[in-house]
Amino acid sequence: MRRFLRPGHDPVRERLKRDLFQFNKTVEHGFPHQPSALGYSPFLRLMAIGTRSGAIKLYGAPGVEFMGLHEENNTVMQIHFIPDQCQLVTLLDDNSLHLWSLKQHGGASELREEHRFTLKGPPGSPPSATQVTAVLPHSSREVLYLGTESGSIFVVELPLFRVLEDRTISPEAVLQRIPEDNCNRRSCELVEALREHPKNPDQILIGYSRGLIVLWDLQNNKATHHFLGSQQLENLYWQRDGSKFISCHYDGSYTQWPVSSDNRQPEPLENTVPYGPFPCKAISKIYWQTTKNGLPYIIFQGGMPRASYGDRHSISVIHGSQQTAFDFTSRVIDFFIIFSSDPAAEFDDPSALVVLAEEELVVIDLKSAGWPAVHPPYLASLHCSAITCSHHVSNIPLKLWERIISAGSKQNIHYSSMPWPIDGGTNIAPDPPQRDLLLTGHEDGTVRFWDASGVCLHLLYKLSTVRVFLTDADPNDNMNTLGEDEWPPLRKVGTFDPYSDDPRLGIQKIYLCKYSGYLAVAGTAGQVLVMELNDEDAEHVVDHAEADLLQDQEGYRWKGHEKLKTRDGPVRFEAGFQPFVLVQCQPPAVVTSLALHSEWKLVAFGTSHGFGLFDHQQKRLVFVKCTLHPSDQLALEGPLSRVKSLKKSLRQSFRRIRRSRVSSRKRRGGSGNASEVQEANAKFDQDALQEMELAPVQRKIEARSAEDSFTGFVRTLYFADTFLRDSSRHCPSLWAGTNGGTVYAFCLRVPPAERRMDEPVRAEQAKEIQLMHRAPIVGILVLDGRSTPLPEPLEVAHDLSKSPDMQGSHQLLVVSEEQFKVFTLPKVSSKLKLKLTALEGCRVRKVTVANFGSCKTDDYSENDLAVLTNLGDIQIISLPFLKLQTRYPCIRKEDVSGIASCVFTKYGQGFYLISPSEFERFSLSTKWLVEPRCIVDMPEVTSNNHVHNKSGTENAARKS
Amino acid sequence: EFRRFSLERSKPGKFEEFYGLLQHVHKIPNVDVLVGYTDIHGDLLPINNDDNYHKAVSTANPLLRIFIQRKEDADYSAFGTDTMTRKKNVLSNVLRPDNHKKKPHIVISMPQDFRPVSSIIDVDILPETHRRVRLYKYGTDKPLGFYIRDGSSVRVTPHGLEKVPGIFISRLVPGGLAQSTGLLAVNDEVLEVNGIEVSGKSLDQVTDMMIANSRNLIITVRPANQRNNVVRNSRTSGSSGQSTESSLPSSTPNILGNLLQGEEESDEEDIIIEDSGEPQQIPKAAPTSESIESLSQIELLHESTQNGFLPSSELNLNHSAGSISMEYEVPETGRKSLEEEGTIITL
Repeated sequence: MRRFLRPGHDPVRERLKRDLFQFNKTVEHGFPHQPSALGYSPFLRLMAIGTRSGAIKLYGAPGVEFMGLHEENNTVMQIHFIPDQCQLVTLLDDNSLHLWSLKQHGGASELREEHRFTLKGPPGSPPSATQVTAVLPHSSREVLYLGTESGSIFVVELPLFRVLEDRTISPEAVLQRIPEDNCNRRSCELVEALREHPKNPDQILIGYSRGLIVLWDLQNNKATHHFLGSQQLENLYWQRDGSKFISCHYDGSYTQWPVSSDNRQPEPLENTVPYGPFPCKAISKIYWQTTKNGLPYIIFQGGMPRASYGDRHSISVIHGSQQTAFDFTSRVIDFFIIFSSDPAAEFDDPSALVVLAEEELVVIDLKSAGWPAVHPPYLASLHCSAITCSHHVSNIPLKLWERIISAGSKQNIHYSSMPWPIDGGTNIAPDPPQRDLLLTGHEDGTVRFWDASGVCLHLLYKLSTVRVFLTDADPNDNMNTLGEDEWPPLRKVGTFDPYSDDPRLGIQKIYLCKYSGYLAVAGTAGQVLVMELNDEDAEHVVDHAEADLLQDQEGYRWKGHEKLKTRDGPVRFEAGFQPFVLVQCQPPAVVTSLALHSEWKLVAFGTSHGFGLFDHQQKRLVFVKCTLHPSDQLALEGPLSRVKSLKKSLRQSFRRIRRSRVSSRKRRGGSGNASEVQEANAKFDQDALQEMELAPVQRKIEARSAEDSFTGFVRTLYFADTFLRDSSRHCPSLWAGTNGGTVYAFCLRVPPAERRMDEPVRAEQAKEIQLMHRAPIVGILVLDGRSTPLPEPLEVAHDLSKSPDMQGSHQLLVVSEEQFKVFTLPKVSSKLKLKLTALEGCRVRKVTVANFGSCKTDDYSENDLAVLTNLGDIQIISLPFLKLQTRYPCIRKEDVSGIASCVFTKYGQGFYLISPSEFERFSLSTKWLVEPRCIVDMPEVTSNNHVHNKSGTENAARKS
Repeated sequence: EFRRFSLERSKPGKFEEFYGLLQHVHKIPNVDVLVGYTDIHGDLLPINNDDNYHKAVSTANPLLRIFIQRKEDADYSAFGTDTMTRKKNVLSNVLRPDNHKKKPHIVISMPQDFRPVSSIIDVDILPETHRRVRLYKYGTDKPLGFYIRDGSSVRVTPHGLEKVPGIFISRLVPGGLAQSTGLLAVNDEVLEVNGIEVSGKSLDQVTDMMIANSRNLIITVRPANQRNNVVRNSRTSGSSGQSTESSLPSSTPNILGNLLQGEEESDEEDIIIEDSGEPQQIPKAAPTSESIESLSQIELLHESTQNGFLPSSELNLNHSAGSISMEYEVPETGRKSLEEEGTIITL
């Protein structure tokens, strides 16, 4: 009968579970994937970014963030804030308009969609008649002017989007007073730009695509001025005083036009092609900013000479004799200038240029000499080189935190000291409870240290391992080293550079000891680096050691990549983590697991061939163990054999391949074809693969055999001080788990501290456990006499953990992809198990011990296993009894890279990549929750006026 | 040659001792023999282990009739259900095995001489349109050898016929375990894997479940070919397919009769090598005094099933599948119809 007793019917436990566990996706860190539109409110000092998937994100002061999602999931084409309001309008590519509002609710502001609207033409009119191309929110805050492809300008009333038909500005009306010979009906096709007069709200400037520009009087409903441009128009911009405006054109020119009451059809004041005389690309947007000293800032996008620089994504800033063309590594989506928003001010006095490129946000300080970049506190481009792994460390001691920040600040000297200029809203979230670090490993051999304590994921420090190696990339080979008199004056800005010169540099595993400051980093070509934090620059030799993981195997040939060449002699390292020893695995296969014990000064590493233990105090290899199955040919030859032929000359083609790969992934993302993803994932043999191609939805049912490929692949390594041989003496031990379901346990003899340098560390194999279901081992853990997981190294020494119970008997928890099993120690007998896959058909992808505190009482907390499955579910499983506590759907099961990227924290939070550039943060805990909470108030200065006005519109809305 | 001797019913002892006693009584100390007895139904049943020996002794009423034949010329087919009643001269059959030279016979070895590769189980609790098949993978190199696919099946629901997604067997590998049993066929719909319903699960989930259970796989299928199903009573005969499908939900809560024991039996075979010694199977931890209550609950469960022999119905099935009985009026229980089913399909 006992098997009918299901867990979870104990009401006390059920209540406790509610106090402990809760699932929330709290915030998205990083840079929005595929941004498509940018907006800025100088009034709110908030910036809005729209994406191709229909998301809209608002950012202000650090910590002030809002997110909204359009139901349609269509690309956001334009974003316009309503002047002096907490409202904005978005235009999607399905031609729908959406009004969003920031409203206070429960003490914090929320972004909500209020209304939506699609412009409809008279019956029978072509779709182009109502295709919106330009949007002008009028300063009266009551109407929107919508320019269309047909040339008509429709007027809609806010907030309900009521079309005011009698106020429509038709092309016919515009043409009435223009001489026939200059213009015809076609001149008024497609409204390219709509700009309100800066001083007189009754006048708007209408720019048509073919070059005709009209100043329209709204009061009298007639055109007052005509400006006959000869070139195809791209955009318009008013000078602050309204006496002049500037137009930019498709041929790379811009033109200034005077506006005076005496001349109704003026000639241009000045026509310039900044990067002429050869044909140039279009200038798509231009700003004309006045300053006190009289010299304006002219800032425009594009305009590069077509032939030689036509592929550059540039924004040029001209101020007197100073001219710089900021060169971006990805397409510029849009940009804006932060300037004096006080209407009474005489000059614009621009302070910053904010550029949204496809892959990053760049802010340029226009006030400081040399126009340096400003370090953004958020919207970090996580993917400036592709993320290859992540590692989270909770509760960093203050000392280490400060040292990392100080190392990072030395790297950031070229940034402007300007405070972050987009500073709207107030962050009212409580201070983060502890200092957390998220470490990301990248394809280019760097490790980035992020402050993951709060809502803003902020880069603290960047570590590069490249200096240890000799690579093709010559540090002086910089496309940017241009002489003084180079023309155009390009300057590369931004950090986004996804192209690694050598994929072997990629970081695969990271392990940081937060107490000692030891860091171990392992990479794609079998390199394992052990580093120490040093506050000063230093020049030293990195010791080398080689670990031959195939030692007693013969007749194997590694067809994969070669190991990285190392630099001889001393190498200069900047302050921060400096490598002091390099262990090179042979064959140089990807390092698949890594563990560091800072107290014993040992580092363990594993590849698809075996694993080894290195004493980094004596710099001596302790032992290696080959885990290969004799029939496992594939593991030996290496799947990356093609990398060898990669030469610098091929870099371009490599980039192209990569680009297409990215785009194909994008295309696939939406439909999420499960079988396709599985196909890539599964380890079916060739036969099965062919079978699947014929009938794609067919799966082979076959027991796993010892001969399967990659059984030797070392998945997990774990150090523990436990009872391995007998129950009277505990000793240091190293545990390793393989893809084939084998667990190896080694007994270690670490000399006492005083003789640590004199006597060698010894290791002896004590146990080998073969799980008969042969599923890959993804986690090994030893529980002490109180069934608490053993503490981390040095945790007890730093008084941050109780010392483990060495009286009661220890237990070994082995987590495979399919089962959780608890064994007794030192005599291994099976105690209990949870067969996850047999019951639910899901497999364990990630598992961590997490500490959950109760939100009701401070003194209760417990350790549980947080488990992510291949279906994207998160399950919490109790320790030590392995009972399922709760389960939450988290990641789509088709999102294989999201599942692979997931990291859990020690306190029940986690991160996973929702795009190459964004981490979603989630929380399983009721107690530790990091989410944005902020308020956006109407700024004080003009609030009276506006509050009145706002209620006026609301009244109007209610009436209608 | 007849011998008569007495045994103490309350203390029958072990089979080995009994075997020795027989050899002694018959003065054939070094001859391998097969031992059989007639049970209360008149069946000639083998005695070859402690279990069936004890069973034999306990059912003796009061006389236990034992038959002994030399192993090398034994007539295995003599054993089995209803053997005694069917063949009037079983005795002569047993005692004069040269009778068989007249009609050559397939020699089928004793149950203990081979391991079962498959069985049909839980017939008594399943609707007759379903079949629960157990594949024994352990030890053999033979591949399980089948593929599954997505598909859709029609169910009877309160709202009428409804098309629902299902998982089907799509291919049998020639020479594989699945094919050799004859119990599974292409287009059979998979309903459960080791007692877990597959409805609502994706093909990949079901694949993972099957692979996770591959050492002792129990799958419940609705055979595509329902002709082999025996109609158990006339009431359901008219609409056997549809009407019972709608009863599926009510039948699934039945925890598999044999599942749990079976699962435990073949599962805990993890191997440990201590100090580079000989590989051993990992034993189960006995519940220690300090272990907490809920833990020992789990342990008790293990204990109770740890050494589990196959449940009797299965054993019965295994050897009856080897027997050739069939043209029999099946009088009563599900077990009987199961035998029929199994037999027909095996042929």
